[in-house]
Amino acid sequence: MSPQNAQTDHTAAISTRGVTRDFPAGQDVITVLHGIDLDIRAGELTFLVGESGSGKTTLISIMCGILWPTEGEVQVFGTDIYDLTDTALVEFRLANIGFIFQQYNLIPSIDAAANAAVPLIARGMAVEEARAQATEMLDALNIADQADKLPSQLSGGQQQRVAIARALVHEPRLVVCDEPTAALDAKSGRRVMDLLREVAVAEDRACIIVTHDNRIFDMADRILVLEDGRITHDGKDMPEEH
Amino acid sequence: MIWIAIRMLTGDRTKFYGLLFGIAFSTLLITQQLTIFVNLIERGASGVYNVAEAEVWVMDPVSRTTDIAYAMPTTALDRVRGVPGVEWAVPHLRANAAVRTDTGDLEQVAIIGVDDATLIGLPKGMVEGSRAVLSRPDSVIIDDVGTTRMFPDQPTPVGEVLELNDQRAVIRGMADSIPSFTSTVVLYTRYSQALRYVPGTRNRLSFVLAGAADGVAAAELARRIEAQTGLRARTRDEFAGDGVDFIIENTGIPFNFGITVVLGFIVGVAIVGLTFSLFIRDNIRQFGALKAIGVTNGKIVRMVAAQAGMVGAVGYALGLLGTVAFIWVFGSDPTFKGFYIPWQIPLMSLVAVALILAITGFFALRNVLRTEPAAVFR
Repeated sequence: MSPQNAQTDHTAAISTRGVTRDFPAGQDVITVLHGIDLDIRAGELTFLVGESGSGKTTLISIMCGILWPTEGEVQVFGTDIYDLTDTALVEFRLANIGFIFQQYNLIPSIDAAANAAVPLIARGMAVEEARAQATEMLDALNIADQADKLPSQLSGGQQQRVAIARALVHEPRLVVCDEPTAALDAKSGRRVMDLLREVAVAEDRACIIVTHDNRIFDMADRILVLEDGRITHDGKDMPEEH
Repeated sequence: MIWIAIRMLTGDRTKFYGLLFGIAFSTLLITQQLTIFVNLIERGASGVYNVAEAEVWVMDPVSRTTDIAYAMPTTALDRVRGVPGVEWAVPHLRANAAVRTDTGDLEQVAIIGVDDATLIGLPKGMVEGSRAVLSRPDSVIIDDVGTTRMFPDQPTPVGEVLELNDQRAVIRGMADSIPSFTSTVVLYTRYSQALRYVPGTRNRLSFVLAGAADGVAAAELARRIEAQTGLRARTRDEFAGDGVDFIIENTGIPFNFGITVVLGFIVGVAIVGLTFSLFIRDNIRQFGALKAIGVTNGKIVRMVAAQAGMVGAVGYALGLLGTVAFIWVFGSDPTFKGFYIPWQIPLMSLVAVALILAITGFFALRNVLRTEPAAVFR
């Protein structure tokens, strides 16, 4: 681990202060987030929960530096990411954030190892070296034997593991996971969550999962409930009314 | 990332082949049509190119090309020979005649009368027979256009007897010449013989062909001849250019070929643009994901540029190969005899392909760059 990645236990990995986000809607402006103040700690599996339209996708996009807030500031591991230049922000994401998308968004024409190696290749590593490193990650996820297969030749679960490998291969300090269990049955969903806890949660790494799947709420270390653009609950368990 | 870009492109085979087809078809259309155009208009100078020895062509001031010539009195030959710097000067006759074959077919032919003594005016190469056969009575040498047109089913025209303006002519050889613009059948004979085949007007000397003495440039010699004789004198290159210019100025060929070339460009833009935009649209989520992961816009631009570059290089090569194959396949047909691809044409096609890819790539890239990385969470 590089010194840059060093992280003290339970310090704030992500810190948002007064984050507001407006979207134009014709002549009007809709405020989706209302002054969010939030600290996300490393070493925890943090769930961001809310109904559709509650603003959780907007909040997660702002926290990982792919959507500018209208107001407020966001610090990721001490860096005010929206003070960075565009290029610096992109490079910050590449160095520090791993993404697991709901639809995986694997590149269909390259094999599993190459897909998992994308962040390394984007950082300038030679393709073969990156593939070898990615294959080690696939091995940790028990699908090294599928490394040479195209995404279309893999099952949904295998594709998800490739997406997880892609998110972790460059050892990011923040892992963002969007609805990882939405398309899975309860048993498969819990298996994926076990896997994420095993590989994505670390003392020096923050892991945020955006979900509204109540079948897995018991697996969270911390649950944040977002309603109408405001945090309405912050605790280990879901409130009764949900 | 270039490796990933190329894999993304080649992985979608339908669109990859569609893009290759678009570029290859455009290149083929542009290169092939420009090649035919250039070679066709150069046929306007074939009469000059076929006479390798002549450095200066002397003619009546109103004559314009080898095919549009006003005959001069025979004294013109002596006047040219009297100009300082003229090493040699010979008569050259070009006229039209009707020929009837022994099977009764009628054909309009061009008669070219070459110098009796030196045979200057006759193409250097022979497909069959030798140049010396012209010394025999009633001899003519036919070109390969004539052979194909008048004797398509015969292995050789040599020995065939023609009725040429009511006079006997015997084919005794086949010349290796560049066909004329109109692919007219050409019969070569001695100047004295040609005068008998083409009776009529008092003046029948079409051109005087001249060679420069050592140390005298052709252009200087032409200037001297014009100054001293009042005739029109053109160097070989100038007169070849006159033939080409005449076709450009007096036919619709440049316009019509130009339309085809423009259509080739438009078809290329349409096919490549449509396919490229479909390719980008199908991969927009992947591009969005790459942007979210941390691939800079600069790298995305290089990825799309690499994809366009690969399509361009392969498609262009295929199109060029297609043109070469076309020339090779049809090269045996006298109509396309001697056709070649001037180096400027592939360069022009390359510029056209680069333009097509720049235009289509720009619009495709615009969509990618406009894609917000946050869209991958929606």
